[in-house]
Amino acid sequence: MARRENSEINAGSMADIAFLLLIFFLVTTTMDVDSGIARKLPEKADPNQETPKVVIKEKNVLDITVNRSNQILVEGTDYVQVTDIRKIAMDFIDNGGGLSNAVDDKPAEPCDYCQGAKNPLSSDHPSKAVVSLQSARGTTYGMYVSIQNEIEAAYNELRSRLSEKLYGVPYSQLLKDYKDNPSESIKARIDNLKGKYPQIISEPEPIK
Amino acid sequence: MSKFKKKKKGLPAISTASLPDIVFMLLFFFMVSTTMRETDLVIKKPVLPVASEVKKLEHKSLVSTIYVGKSKDKKISGDKIQVNDKIIDINDIPSFIFAERALRKEEEVKFMTTSIKADKEANVGTILDIKEQLRDINALKISFSTSKGTDLKSNY
Repeated sequence: MARRENSEINAGSMADIAFLLLIFFLVTTTMDVDSGIARKLPEKADPNQETPKVVIKEKNVLDITVNRSNQILVEGTDYVQVTDIRKIAMDFIDNGGGLSNAVDDKPAEPCDYCQGAKNPLSSDHPSKAVVSLQSARGTTYGMYVSIQNEIEAAYNELRSRLSEKLYGVPYSQLLKDYKDNPSESIKARIDNLKGKYPQIISEPEPIK
Repeated sequence: MSKFKKKKKGLPAISTASLPDIVFMLLFFFMVSTTMRETDLVIKKPVLPVASEVKKLEHKSLVSTIYVGKSKDKKISGDKIQVNDKIIDINDIPSFIFAERALRKEEEVKFMTTSIKADKEANVGTILDIKEQLRDINALKISFSTSKGTDLKSNY
């Protein structure tokens, strides 16, 4: 007699095994995407080298101070809320009341893309405008991050506005496109916008 | 007569033959997307602040994380800094970063990012101290870890 063929392995319990594994991974999985506000710290100056003194006019600095009770003072006079900072920073950066710095062979020129008030008492040019954020050691981190966020938002909004005008797409769309397919032309556009509104944020020593 | 009598039949059972396939599909999805948490928090889990202008951190393998938060013990006050599995002193941060760098390829070092996961109640002083330490050793790319949201009021 022919030998009986090997009976098939019963696959009925496969589902149970898979379920068990599935539940294990379901429980252990953490889908936290790490996101945050990206910052680049300034390099430490070489202590052996004399750092050249840079003179910045006071009108080109937006001075934001936070004390340990999380109260915000802008330009040493105005007591404001976090939500006001975006508007204040945008007005300040986009003011365009004077000329830019003359770089290499390019002569100093007024800001032709700014839509600000052109107030001579406020910043000269976006490339000269410095946002200074001084905080106390006792300020809470949440407050600090909120202000950083608002400053970042101000720059993003300005870049976005210019981007819509020049290229017809918002800045965030450019960044997204660049991530999806990095091409030279998009990079040139992003760099152009970044050059037009460079982020210059200064963080002096905290107040004790 | 009973020849044409309809046999009473219940609904046919749903075939479960494809069930393992479906389950396997889900299983693979979770296996691929899962990341095991490699650090156990010794400090109290930091409540991250909310921010709207967030950037996603790319290249997870190049990120070193520093946690800042309160100690689990209520009697101990002040901010504690945790890296890997232990609480460290502020002056040990450079050695932590150097250890992290040693694990990566040399050409990747300049793309390394330090992610600061701090509690929203933490003091800015601690964060600024950390930043100063990172500047000292030229670890300049940092990210303030936040959760995405627009309700800034909950931060303070």
